[in-house]
Amino acid sequence: MIDGNPAFVRGELLPAREPPAGEKGLLKLCRENFFRDWLSALLTVASLIAVLLIVHSLSPWLFNAVWNARSLNECREILNGAEGACFAVIRDRWAQLLFGFYPPTQYWRPVLAFGLMLAALAPILFPSVPRRFLLFSTVFPGLGYWLIWGGSLWLPLTAYIGLAVGGIAMRLTARLGGGIAAGLAFISALTWWLVASGPVTTALAQLLPLALATVTSREMGGFLLSIVIGVTGISLSLPLGIVLALGRRSTMPLVMMLSVVFIEFIRGVPLITLLFTASLLLNSFLPPGTNFDLILRVIIMVTLFATAYMAEVIRGGLAALPQGQHEAAEALGLDYWKAQRLVIMPQALKISIPGIVNSFIGLFKDTTLVVFIGLLDPIALSNSIRATTDWQGIYWELFIFIGGLFFLLCFGMSRYSMHLERRLKTDHR
Amino acid sequence: MAHVITLPTAEPHQTFRLSMLLNDSRYRSCTIQVFVLMCLMLGIAWLVDNTIRNLALLGKDFSFSFLWSTAGYDINQRLIEYDTQMTHGRAAIVGLLNTVVLAVLSCAWATIIGVTAGVLRLSSNPIVARLMTVYVELFRNIPLLLWILVFGAIMSEAVPAPSAFRGDNATASMIFGAVAITNRGVFIPEPLFARNLGTLDLGIAQPSLNIVFLLMVVLACVFANRAVHNHADRVQSQTGIRPVTWWKSAIILTAPLLLLLWAFGFHLGYPELRGFNFQGGLQLRNALIAMWLGLSIYTGAFIAENVRAGILAISKGQTEAAHALGLGPAKTMRLVILPQALRVIVPPLISQYLNITKNTSLGLAVGYMDLRSTLGGITINQTGRELEGMLLIMLIYLSLSLIISGSMNVYNARHRAEGALI
Repeated sequence: MIDGNPAFVRGELLPAREPPAGEKGLLKLCRENFFRDWLSALLTVASLIAVLLIVHSLSPWLFNAVWNARSLNECREILNGAEGACFAVIRDRWAQLLFGFYPPTQYWRPVLAFGLMLAALAPILFPSVPRRFLLFSTVFPGLGYWLIWGGSLWLPLTAYIGLAVGGIAMRLTARLGGGIAAGLAFISALTWWLVASGPVTTALAQLLPLALATVTSREMGGFLLSIVIGVTGISLSLPLGIVLALGRRSTMPLVMMLSVVFIEFIRGVPLITLLFTASLLLNSFLPPGTNFDLILRVIIMVTLFATAYMAEVIRGGLAALPQGQHEAAEALGLDYWKAQRLVIMPQALKISIPGIVNSFIGLFKDTTLVVFIGLLDPIALSNSIRATTDWQGIYWELFIFIGGLFFLLCFGMSRYSMHLERRLKTDHR
Repeated sequence: MAHVITLPTAEPHQTFRLSMLLNDSRYRSCTIQVFVLMCLMLGIAWLVDNTIRNLALLGKDFSFSFLWSTAGYDINQRLIEYDTQMTHGRAAIVGLLNTVVLAVLSCAWATIIGVTAGVLRLSSNPIVARLMTVYVELFRNIPLLLWILVFGAIMSEAVPAPSAFRGDNATASMIFGAVAITNRGVFIPEPLFARNLGTLDLGIAQPSLNIVFLLMVVLACVFANRAVHNHADRVQSQTGIRPVTWWKSAIILTAPLLLLLWAFGFHLGYPELRGFNFQGGLQLRNALIAMWLGLSIYTGAFIAENVRAGILAISKGQTEAAHALGLGPAKTMRLVILPQALRVIVPPLISQYLNITKNTSLGLAVGYMDLRSTLGGITINQTGRELEGMLLIMLIYLSLSLIISGSMNVYNARHRAEGALI
C-alpha cells in the first residue's frame, strides 16, 4: 500500500523499443532459417554453391539451344564452336518418339484414342462428372483397341457381346447361388468367345465392313507403346490384385498357399526374367504352333508382375482394418462377397491409395524394360535415332525429352493420389 | 403368419445331401478347394505336356549338362579366376559374384544417400529441404533404366580420355595423384602386400591367405571390443559407474590390424599412365560405375522417403521431451528419434535392398556382366538352352530374394516394440 501522493505515476505506456538488429526483418528470417547453427550454415552454403554450379554449367548449354537443324553436324555449324544443346533432334523426330513406326497418315488414331482415354478416365477419377459417363468408360477398351490396332470393328463388338452373354447367364442362374452363377456365366461367355464370336465376326464384316487399316504390333513404339502397356497393366492389375489379396487372406489353406506361392515367386524374380520368358519361352508352354502377339505377351507378364505387388499393397490395407469391421459386416448378415464389396474393400482400398499409386507409377516406369526384348519403347527409339548418321552421338537432348515426359505422367499420378487422399479423408486427426 | 416355436426334443435327423456340398458352409470350402486343386493339376499337366511336345518338336531334351561344357566367351570383370576355356557353370558363378558385388555396393551407397536426403528433407532450412525434394521427385518419377543410361553416357562421353592426362599441358589430372576418372573406367589405388603367404584352395576360388588372416583378425577384434563393452555394461549396472572404455576400444580395434598390415608389408599400388591407358591400381569399369551410381542414387530417393516417413511417425512429444532435456537438434535426432524411427524404417529399407538386387539385372543396358548377361545372355544364346537357363536364373534370384527377406524377418522378430504398437 502506498500512502500519500506518489512522486510520479506514468500516465501512458512507453513506446515499444525496436527489436535488436538481429531479431527483425530479413536478418532474423535468414538467421533462423539458413544460419541457425554451423551445420545449417554449412548446408546452406553448400547447396547454394551446388545450385550455382549446376545453373552456371547448364545455362549456356540451354540458352544456346538450336531448335532448327537437320543433323547434329548442322547444329554444330550453327553453334560455331559455342556450347549449346541441339533440341532440333526433338523437332525432327518427335513423331517417332511418340508413335514409333506407326504409319504417319494414321497418327490421328492413337491421338484420338488418347483423347478418348482421358474422357473415359474422367468419370472414374472425378466424382463431379455425371455417373452416366461411366458407360463410355466401359466401352472405351474395345474402342481404343480398334482405333490403335485397326481391323474390323466387329471384333471388339463381338467380344463385348460375350460379356453380355455372360451377364445374361448370370442373371438367369442367379437362383442357384452366387458361385455357381458366376461359374456358369464364365463358361457361357467363354463358349461364345471360343465358338461363336469368330464366325459371327466374319459374317458381320462381310455384311458391313466397318474396318480401319490394320497396324501390326511391330510398327508400334515410343510413348504409344509405353502408354498402351502401362494403362492396360494398371487397369487389369488392380482387380486381379484385389482377388489375389483376398486369396492370400483366405481361410482355405490351399487357396492361401497358392496365392502366397504366386506372389512370392513373382516378387522374388526381376521383371526382366519374366519378360524374357514372355519372349523366349511362353510359346513353348502353349500347344505347338500357337503364336500370339508379342505386345500381348508382354502385357500379360507385366500385368502378372504388377498384380503380385498390388496384392501385397492391398493386403497391407486389409490388415490395417480392425477385426471389428469384419464382425460388424457378418452381424448385419452380409455374405462374404457382399461384406467385401460394401464394408471391407472401400475402407481397405482407401488406406492403400498411396501404395496402389506407387505401384502404378512403378509399373509405368517398368514399361521401359521392354527395350530388352526388342520392342521399340522410347529408350529403344533413342538408341536407334542415335544410330542414324544424322544424329550420331546425341545423348542428353533425347534423355531430357524422354525423362521429361515420364516425369510429367508419373508426377501427375502421384499428385492425383494426394488429392484423392485428401478428398477421401474422413478421420479427424 | 404366426411363428410356431417348437422345442426340439431330440437332435433333428440330418441326412447328407449332395447340395450341402455347396450350400453348407461346413463343406463348401472343401468343395472349392478340391475344385481348385483339380483345376491346378489339370493346368500344370497341360503346361508340362505342351512343353514336352514343343521340346520334342525342336529335337531338344531337358538337361543341365551344358553347364559343364566350355563357355568360350570372355567376362571383363571377374572376382575369381576365369578364362574363355572354362565352363558355362563357372561363367555363371562369375556373373553371380558380379551381381552380388554390385548389389552390396549399391545397397551401401543407397542407404547413405537415402538416410542423408531423408533427414535433410525434414530440415528447417528451406533451401536444403527444397533441394532434397527436387532430388527425390526427380529420381522417383523417371525410370531407372533411363538413369542408368544417363550415368553410362556421362562415364563414356563427359569424362576425359586417358590421353588427356598426358603431357605437360594435360587437360585432366588425377585426384590427389591417386584416382583417375577416365572414359575407360575409374582407376583407384590397389592394396598390395610385400610378403605373401600364398593362397587358400577352396575349389571354386583361391583367396589370398593374407586377406583371410586380415578378415579373421578384424572379426576377432570386433568380438573382443564387444566383450569389453559388455564388461563395462555389467560394471555399470552393478556399481553405477561406467569404466572408461574408449582407449581400450581404440587399441583393440586398431593395434592388431596395423601390426598385421605392417608384418605383411602393406602398401598401395597407384595407377600410372603408361602407353594408351592407365596401368596398375584397380580398374572399376564404366559399366560398374554407371550401374552403381544409377542404382544407388535412384534407390536412395525411395529410401529417403522411407526415412522421412519413419521419422514423421515418431510423435512430436519425443522431440519436445528431448529438447526439454537440453539435447540439441543433432543429438535429438541421433539419440532419440532415429533409434525409434529405425523400427519403422528398416522393413521398407530391406525391401528396397531387394529391389536393388533385382534391378542389378538391368546391367545388360550398359554391358555389365552380371548373372543375367552371362548365364541368361551369352550362355543361352550359345547353347540354345532357354528353358533350363531361365529356370536356373529365376531360382538363383528367388533364393537371393528369400535370403534377404529372411534376414528382414529375423530383424523384425528381434526388434519388435515391447508392448507398444507404432
